[in-house]
Amino acid sequence: MDLAGLLTFNVLTGIATLVLITLGLGVIYGMMRIINLAHGEFMMLGAYTAVMANGAGVNIWIAMLVLPPLVVGAVGLVLERTVIRFLYGRMMDTMLATWGISLGLIGLITTLYGNVVRGVSTPVGSFEIGRYGASLYSLVIIAAAVAALAGMFLLLRMTKFGLILRATMQNPRMAAAMGVSPDRIYMATFGLGAALAGLAGGVLAPISGVSPAMGAAYISRAFITVLGGGPAIVTGTGLASSVFGVINELVSFRTTPVIGDVALLVAAILLIRVLPQGITGRYLRRSL
Amino acid sequence: MGMIKGTMNRRHALKLGLAGAGSAVAMPFFARNGLAAEPIKLGSLLDGTGALGLEGKRMIETTEYAVELLNKAGGLLGRPIKLIAYDTQSNMQLYTQYAQTLALKDKVDVIQGGITSASREAIRPIFGRSKTLYFYNTQYEGGVCDRNVFCTGSTPAQTVNHIVDYALKNWGKKAYIVAADYNYGHITASWMTKFMKDGGGSVAGTDFFPLDVTNFSSAISRIQQAQPEIVLSALVGANHSGFYRQWDAAGMKGKIPMGATVFGLGDELTTMDTSTTNGILTCYGWYNDLDTPASKAFVSGMQAKFGADVTDLSELDTATYEGIMFWAEAVKKAGSIERDAVIAALESGITIESPTGKVTMDPGTHHTIRNTYLARPKDRKWEQLATFPDSFPADTGGACDLVKNPRMNKQFTPDLKG
Amino acid sequence: MTPVDRRSAAGFLVTLGTMLVILFGAPHALDTFGLVQATGFAALAMFALSQGFIWGYGGVMSFGQAAFLGLGGYAYAVSVINMGDSTLPILIAILVPTLFAGLLGYFMFYGRISDAYIGVITLTVSVILFQLVNTTSGSQYRIGEAELGGFNGIPAIPALNKLGDAGNPLDNDGIWYAAMGALILVYALLRWVLASRFGRVVVAIRENETRAQLIGYDPRLYKLLAFMISAAVAGLAGCLYANWGGFISPTVFGLSMSAQVIIFVLVGGLGTLVGPMLGAVLIQWLIIEAGSQNVVDSNLGLGIVLVAFVLLIPQGLLPVVRNLLMRIPDLVAKARPAKGSASEPVRDARAAEVRP
Repeated sequence: MDLAGLLTFNVLTGIATLVLITLGLGVIYGMMRIINLAHGEFMMLGAYTAVMANGAGVNIWIAMLVLPPLVVGAVGLVLERTVIRFLYGRMMDTMLATWGISLGLIGLITTLYGNVVRGVSTPVGSFEIGRYGASLYSLVIIAAAVAALAGMFLLLRMTKFGLILRATMQNPRMAAAMGVSPDRIYMATFGLGAALAGLAGGVLAPISGVSPAMGAAYISRAFITVLGGGPAIVTGTGLASSVFGVINELVSFRTTPVIGDVALLVAAILLIRVLPQGITGRYLRRSL
Repeated sequence: MGMIKGTMNRRHALKLGLAGAGSAVAMPFFARNGLAAEPIKLGSLLDGTGALGLEGKRMIETTEYAVELLNKAGGLLGRPIKLIAYDTQSNMQLYTQYAQTLALKDKVDVIQGGITSASREAIRPIFGRSKTLYFYNTQYEGGVCDRNVFCTGSTPAQTVNHIVDYALKNWGKKAYIVAADYNYGHITASWMTKFMKDGGGSVAGTDFFPLDVTNFSSAISRIQQAQPEIVLSALVGANHSGFYRQWDAAGMKGKIPMGATVFGLGDELTTMDTSTTNGILTCYGWYNDLDTPASKAFVSGMQAKFGADVTDLSELDTATYEGIMFWAEAVKKAGSIERDAVIAALESGITIESPTGKVTMDPGTHHTIRNTYLARPKDRKWEQLATFPDSFPADTGGACDLVKNPRMNKQFTPDLKG
Repeated sequence: MTPVDRRSAAGFLVTLGTMLVILFGAPHALDTFGLVQATGFAALAMFALSQGFIWGYGGVMSFGQAAFLGLGGYAYAVSVINMGDSTLPILIAILVPTLFAGLLGYFMFYGRISDAYIGVITLTVSVILFQLVNTTSGSQYRIGEAELGGFNGIPAIPALNKLGDAGNPLDNDGIWYAAMGALILVYALLRWVLASRFGRVVVAIRENETRAQLIGYDPRLYKLLAFMISAAVAGLAGCLYANWGGFISPTVFGLSMSAQVIIFVLVGGLGTLVGPMLGAVLIQWLIIEAGSQNVVDSNLGLGIVLVAFVLLIPQGLLPVVRNLLMRIPDLVAKARPAKGSASEPVRDARAAEVRP
């Protein structure tokens, strides 16, 4: 029974982790049909921001939760203005350009800070599930994921900006005719997606080794979850993360984390083969 | 802090390239003593950066230090020593690339280097083919039996058995093993299993993790489910240091004691919380607060050259030092840098005085007979528990005799069936 | 023969001639180390050919071409360790990735999966292979005599030997002749494939899939076959790559391998065969040069090169240079106005053919 409790907790943590690493990518893909191959490096920048800020004496919670989205969001805006906006409508070229950005960021951070692995200690302790110990930090991850999903939902559903976003996504020409500038909406979307990636990097910094190449560990999981989720950002990300998170954690527990990752990827490829438009491309189409 | 570290790395890297030229040319004193002769080339392959940069950085510095000492003492055979070093960046492909460069292009006289056993196995055949003498200077899983290779680090029969003995005596009979997923981890885990069984204990489970794994939550759950009395770790590198942090964060630290075979060889003691590090049992050929004159001289020499923050030296560094000094001793004895002459000198049973104490090169195994020590961290210092003088590398020595069979070339691993 | 065909045939002969000169000249011009480096370049150039073929002519964006390189390398290593003689292992190194590409391609092309998704799926498959092979340390993971070695990789892979003569391994010169000779052969074969009816249909599908389908061709089948051909070439490249260092490890499946080969093609010239080969040599040479200095990480340069080419020179270096060269006769002709109008359409035709 205690074990079931611990496992459930681990599965929830796994789902939350997937939600965090996927949401930023999902926003950019869902709104702009851009597959951002620099997503993993945006996370890496977020993690570096957290480590550096913490090292400079900034309060750990601000360093992890506040600064990374701000810094990485700003980086995203700059890159959108200087590179991405010239490539709208050319899906392959944006994939290549963002891959270039990804390599460039790895190189830049390696040049600045060296190719070494850093870590931050988790700022909270442990608690007991029956006779098993578990890290309290997992609760922080779950809370951050829930907050990010809820925040996206409220933003899209309740605000005027959300309405304009959805309108631009559905019909950019019509939105433009109504006086909205799609150009600025795309810019804001890309910045938002980058900020979410930064948040994920900051939150996950204490449980991962922070190094220039860390993004690669997340990138394929994030992509495949976005494609599996389909066009609806909140529902799609949530559903796909739940399905794949359960598979990943249970297989990891039975075997090893590596086989768990492989199981996730294989399951996702099979899902895409069956539902090429993703879960929300087929079901729940009217969801957000 | 991070930034300073980063730039320091690069400055050292730049220095490395210049060190050889600088020491040979820029000192007129040497030139007068006939050191203007053609330099002897010493090649070094170590990971200054990447997942193993933690361990490699100090090894690179030790290499520079040892070469400088030799040159200050007048070089070898009246010739200066030129260091040709490459940073392999924890990248296996770069190991083969730079190994070929050292062997074929730079045509060095001896190679000192390799950190992981994976890197050693990648480059060992290259130096075998090019007939370039090779020293592998880290504590490792033991068993390499190759006439062209000399290993100066400690091996499981000198270290891991003492950890297991202590655990069986003081902690309990049931162990859980976590290890890095490559040959070092696998073979070390086999040794752990063998020593546990020989001592009347049992192993509840063994998990392997690739070097890029950073999240150990499912692993920690599995260990808890198995309810062991001992955890034995052969995890390696900076990513795996997350295991110790997460183990502590999950509140397991006070519940199940742990012994580790690589922990503390990098900068773990200075960078991790004491709550995470305290009490993890280790056994190495040297600890940096060992209270002997030679040991103190080594630490203060390194600090004089690289700064007072060099507080994390370990057996990896003394083994590197010993590798270079064994080679220098053998060159002097042979009066030549020819590979076969130097090997013959090394096989004559030579002994050097090193920071770790008296070290003898065992002719049959090409491994060292050395002191080892049992210790655990206590508030960023090592608390010594026991000393084991003149340990013989019995893991390799059981089967390997290169004096009798010079053509032998394999790696022996423990036999778990017997 | 149209002027375009004639020029392209001339280009083929010039390229072939140059490659033959390099094949026989290099052992005399280079020392051992240089020749070993050149052998590595030849292996990577062949890898670039495979990506250049499937992307530039097949229009299929494979982000995981390293999967086939790695499969080829591992297939060679495992089979040569078991068999001793290297003749059959070369064929196995080609066959294994080809069959794997057949399965994967059937899964993707017959599964109505769109272009961008094919990119992500191929990338994911290479990641899966990387992780699986990476976790095969330990003596239980062995195929016959060969231990897979996981993260360690497989060291001391026996080099190619003279056909059927296992006791007689090739020396550095011999491996160079084998690698460069194979590169020339593959280049000529791909030219032949592209000139054939099959090749023309593949290009037609790239240009307009619907139109080709309406004419009666099954795009799925042609894409699948082109995908398998490119995997075969990548597999042979993997075999040469394993020979080059006598060593193979899971990094051959890595993302950076797939990224590099895309950069080779993009820089050299998409929609050409010579371009990717030149791109491979140029970029690899730059990486090695950049690697010997410790100030700037080579990834930074690669990233900037990639972004710059996507934004500024998406067609790659070779077509740009070639177009410039082709303007020379035009400029000469302009000096003599009578011929100027005749060469105008030719240039346009070239430009149209080059477009991805």
